[in-house]
Amino acid sequence: MARVNTRTRFIQGNEACTEGALAAGMRFFAGYPITPSTEIAEILAERLPRVGGTFVQMEDEISSMAAVIGASLTGVKAMTATSGPGFSLKQENIGFAAFTEVPCVIVNVQRKGPSTGMPTSPAQGDVMQARWGTHGDHPVIALTPFSVLEAFTLTVEAFNLAEKYRVPVILLMDEVIAHMRERVELPGPEDLEIVDRRKPAVKPGEYYPYDVEEEDGVPPMAVFGEGYRFHVTGLYHDAMGYPATGNPRLADQLIRRLVRKIEGRVEELTMVDEVQTEDAKVVVVAYGSVARSAARAVRLAREEGYRVGLFRPKIIWPFPAPRVRKLAARVEGLIVTEMNMGQVFREVERAVQGMAKVDLVSRVDGELITPVEVLTAIKEVY
Amino acid sequence: MPTLTRQVSRGETGWEETGGKPGLLGYLRTGMMPHLWCPGCGHGIIMGAFLRAFDRLGWDQDETIIVSGIGCSSRVTGYLDFDTLHTTHGRALAFATGVKLANPKLNVIVLAGDGDLAAIGGNHLIHAARRNINITTICFNNNIYGMTSGQFSPVSPTGSWATTTPYGSIDRPFDLCELVRAAGGTYVARGTAYHVRSLTGLIEKALKHKGFSFVEALSQCPTYFGRRNQLHNAVDMLLWQKEHAVNVRAATRMDPEDLRDKILIGELYRSEAPEYTEEYARIREQVRQKAREGDLVQ
Repeated sequence: MARVNTRTRFIQGNEACTEGALAAGMRFFAGYPITPSTEIAEILAERLPRVGGTFVQMEDEISSMAAVIGASLTGVKAMTATSGPGFSLKQENIGFAAFTEVPCVIVNVQRKGPSTGMPTSPAQGDVMQARWGTHGDHPVIALTPFSVLEAFTLTVEAFNLAEKYRVPVILLMDEVIAHMRERVELPGPEDLEIVDRRKPAVKPGEYYPYDVEEEDGVPPMAVFGEGYRFHVTGLYHDAMGYPATGNPRLADQLIRRLVRKIEGRVEELTMVDEVQTEDAKVVVVAYGSVARSAARAVRLAREEGYRVGLFRPKIIWPFPAPRVRKLAARVEGLIVTEMNMGQVFREVERAVQGMAKVDLVSRVDGELITPVEVLTAIKEVY
Repeated sequence: MPTLTRQVSRGETGWEETGGKPGLLGYLRTGMMPHLWCPGCGHGIIMGAFLRAFDRLGWDQDETIIVSGIGCSSRVTGYLDFDTLHTTHGRALAFATGVKLANPKLNVIVLAGDGDLAAIGGNHLIHAARRNINITTICFNNNIYGMTSGQFSPVSPTGSWATTTPYGSIDRPFDLCELVRAAGGTYVARGTAYHVRSLTGLIEKALKHKGFSFVEALSQCPTYFGRRNQLHNAVDMLLWQKEHAVNVRAATRMDPEDLRDKILIGELYRSEAPEYTEEYARIREQVRQKAREGDLVQ
C-alpha cells in the first residue's frame, strides 16, 4: 500500500499525467489505443474504478472525444488522450466543446507525422493543429510540459483552466516527455489549488445558459439531470442556448466573446519560465522536451561567457506574444528551436515585429534536438 | 436581460391548455415553434409518439437527457423541454454513451435520422448495441438526407431516386433492425408514422427495456423522397406505409412470396444480457472490495 502512495516516485511522463489528472479531480476517461499515449489509458483503466470514476475504451478517437463532452455535461471532469492521427480525428468534436463551452482536457502526446509517420518517435508538429485544428474561429488553451513533474503540474493546471474558462484545454506533450522516467516529488492535495466550474446561482427556469454581462464573460454551467433543462447545440445559439443561425448580430457577439474569452486574457494566461534573460544578448525560445536541450545549451554557453538566456512558454496557446515582444525589445537575437519546420518560429517572428533577429533550429528526423546543436546555433548567432 | 431571437416561454409550458396537467405541451419548448419540418413530414408524428410513450411511463423530465445528431430529425432536441444535446453529425450515440456512463441514473434517449445513425454514425450504433448500454435509440427513418435536400442514405431502397442517384440507386440498403440485433442490441422494433399507436407502444417498451433498445420508425419525406419516387404527397406516403407494413406476428402466417415487398413492424427481437453500466458498477465494487481486503495497492 505504501509503495504507490509515496510522493517520491520514479515514473514516466504519461504516468505523471494520470496522477495529475486524478489529483485535479478527473473521474471520466474515454480513449482509444494509440502510441505513444497508450499508458495513460492503461493506467486509468486500472485507477479510475478504484476512485469511483469511469474508464471506457471507445470504438474510435471520434467517439472518445464525444463521450468526454457528454460526461463533462453531467458535471464530471473528463479527459481523453491521443497522438497525432487521433488528434486529427477528434478535431470536429474539440470544436464542438469550444463552441458549446464544455470543459475538457485532451492530451496529445506528439509523435512524428504527418500520417502514420514514425509512431514511436518524438515531434512537435501539432502546435498549429492544437490552435487551428478544428474549423472556424474558436478559443483554445494548450500547455507544453518539459519534465515529468510538469506533466503532473500542467495536467492539474489544464483542468483548472478548462473549468475556469469553460474551454477544451490541450496538454501538448511529446514522446520524450511521455516516456522519459524521472524521479519526482508529486505535490500533495494540500499543495494544489483545484478549480471547479461555476454553477448557476439561479433556479431552473431563470437560467440562461449562455448569458454573460461582460463581452469576454464565462457563463456559469448547469449540470445535466439537475432540472435546468437546457439545450446544448453546435449551431450558433442565443443566450438560452437555442439555435439563432439567422441573426448576424448575435453570431458576431457570440464568436467574438468566445475568442476574446481566451485571447483577451493573454496576459493572465501567460505562463513562462525565463532563465537568465535579464542580461542576455541572445535568448533561446524552446518548449517541451527540446527545452531540456536548450536549457543545457544555455548553461554551457554561459560557462563559455556568452550572455544567453532561455524563454520557455508553458502555455503555448494563447501565445505569449506580449512577453516575447518585451523580450525582443532588449535582446539582439532570438533562436527558436523546435521539432517541426517552424511553427512557433513564425509566431515569434510575428510577435517580434522586426525588433530582433529570429533564427530557427529545427529537426524533423524523429530525433530530439541535442544541446550541442543549440549551442552551435548560439555561437553562430551571437 | 439578454437579447433572444425568439420569445421562449420557459415556465409557461402550456400546462394551462391541458387543464393544469402536464400534458404533451409540458414536454415542449413551445416558444421554439413553429418547427422547421416541412408540411407533411412524418417527424412530428414520431416525436409525438415518443412523448406519449414517455408520458405513459411517468418518468421524470428532469432526469432524462435527449441526445441527437445532425439532420432534420435531430433538430427535435431543440423542441423538447428536457436537458437536450444536439451534437455533431453521426455522434449522438457516442455523446450519449458519455452521459450515461458518467451518470447511469439518468434516462438517456437518442433521437436521430437514418443517415446519421446508419452512415456517418454506423460505428457508434453497432458498438452501443454491442455494449448493451441502457440507451434507447429511435431512428427517424425517412430514407433520405432531408437537411441537405435529398441525397440517398444507406437505407434508401435499391433503385430509388435521389439527387445523388440520378440514374436510380445501385446501393443495397441496410436492414437497421437486423444490424442492431446482430451487433448485440437486446430490444429491436420497427414501426411507422402511419401505425402511430403501435409505434407509441413499441417506444414505450423500448424505453422500459434494460439494455440497448432500438426502434426504427419509418417516417415520410414528401419533399425529397416522395417527390422523386412517385409518392406525390404525405398521404400517398402514409398509405404506402399502411400497405407495405405487416405486423411480425401476422407475417408468421403469411406466404413468403407475399412478404417479398413488405416491411415487418412490431417487436422484432428481445433478449436479456448484462447491461454495460451495471457491469461497470460491478467492476468498481469488486475493485473496491479487494482494496478493502488489502489485495490491491491503493
